[in-house]
Amino acid sequence: MSVALVPLAFLMWAVTYPSRALPMLAPGIERLPAWAVSYLRLAGPAALAALAAVNCLLTTDKPPHVLVGVEPVAVGICVLVVTRTHLLLPGVTAAVVVVAAARALGVAA
Amino acid sequence: MGGASETRTTTRDRSSAVGESRRQLTRDALAITAYALPVGLVFGLAALQAHYSLLDVLANSTIALAGGAQFAAAGLVKDGASWLAIAGVVGLINARHLLYSAAMAPYTATRSRRERAVMAHFLTDETFALALAHFRRIGGFERRGYWIAAMAIFVPWTIGSCIGYVVAGAVDTNRLGLDIAFPAAMAGLSLGMVSGRRDVAAALGAAAIAVPVGLAAGASIGLVAGASIGPCFGLSVPASPNDESSTPDIPEPSSEGGLP
Repeated sequence: MSVALVPLAFLMWAVTYPSRALPMLAPGIERLPAWAVSYLRLAGPAALAALAAVNCLLTTDKPPHVLVGVEPVAVGICVLVVTRTHLLLPGVTAAVVVVAAARALGVAA
Repeated sequence: MGGASETRTTTRDRSSAVGESRRQLTRDALAITAYALPVGLVFGLAALQAHYSLLDVLANSTIALAGGAQFAAAGLVKDGASWLAIAGVVGLINARHLLYSAAMAPYTATRSRRERAVMAHFLTDETFALALAHFRRIGGFERRGYWIAAMAIFVPWTIGSCIGYVVAGAVDTNRLGLDIAFPAAMAGLSLGMVSGRRDVAAALGAAAIAVPVGLAAGASIGLVAGASIGPCFGLSVPASPNDESSTPDIPEPSSEGGLP
């Protein structure tokens, strides 16, 4: 079994752990300017939105192209369901069902 | 004698308050566990699509323990991004933990440095939300409470990731439409983090930057550009009452629909 990405897990830990530990271990370091605190708060939704956009709107070939098909529609449906239910799983399930149905019916590749 | 009696009463009151708060904590923790398991399943699926091995998945969920960032890393691995880019994005996503740790610091100040160092590894969004609420209710630190909060997310997240990976490996993920689970989960998770005007602007700005830059320079560069520039869009609009970023001194993350 490959362990090629285990070092990546340690790298991810190395860039995550200081944020979790430093203020608890070295009090005072958390006194950042207000704009920096706001930027840090906004980084989470920004990163995940960028990830969603890239993954549902661009193809994986190189260079990437804009993806046209049922996939962006399915992601939109997921967003609608999550907005209504405040739960992730029903949204993801709806997206999967839409794509699976479209492929089974031959209307999507 | 009176003083000793008062002390016993105070101790009993405190013990009763801690017990009641711990029961509340356990109920809340069960709700967290109930959603962490299925979201973990989705991560297992995303990891399979990014060609992780089961050990890679296990290492990610136990060593990195960084839900949303784990999803991001899986997407970047799938796109062939460099580890430096992955580290940058993960660091950016998880930088918010600085705020959680700062908020916990007054409660953990009396604990040994070693204990604080271990506790910090498990300081996820949910651990913070559960533990801080517990500490506020009882007016101080309680070790068992912290670990109930930490394990409520760590255990189901890790188990869910592994189960998701194994189950997804046994089926044709493309035919079943499971390949859409990852971008759908990212969009849904992003929505879960949006609570005000600034969050919306940051998320839309990030997407608007990521796609054209991704088209021009590659998906992973687009992602890094969107993630790092997107917050500037949020900062450029006036905060609304719902914007957490408008009240930087009081971090109150939502544990609803989130990740470690």
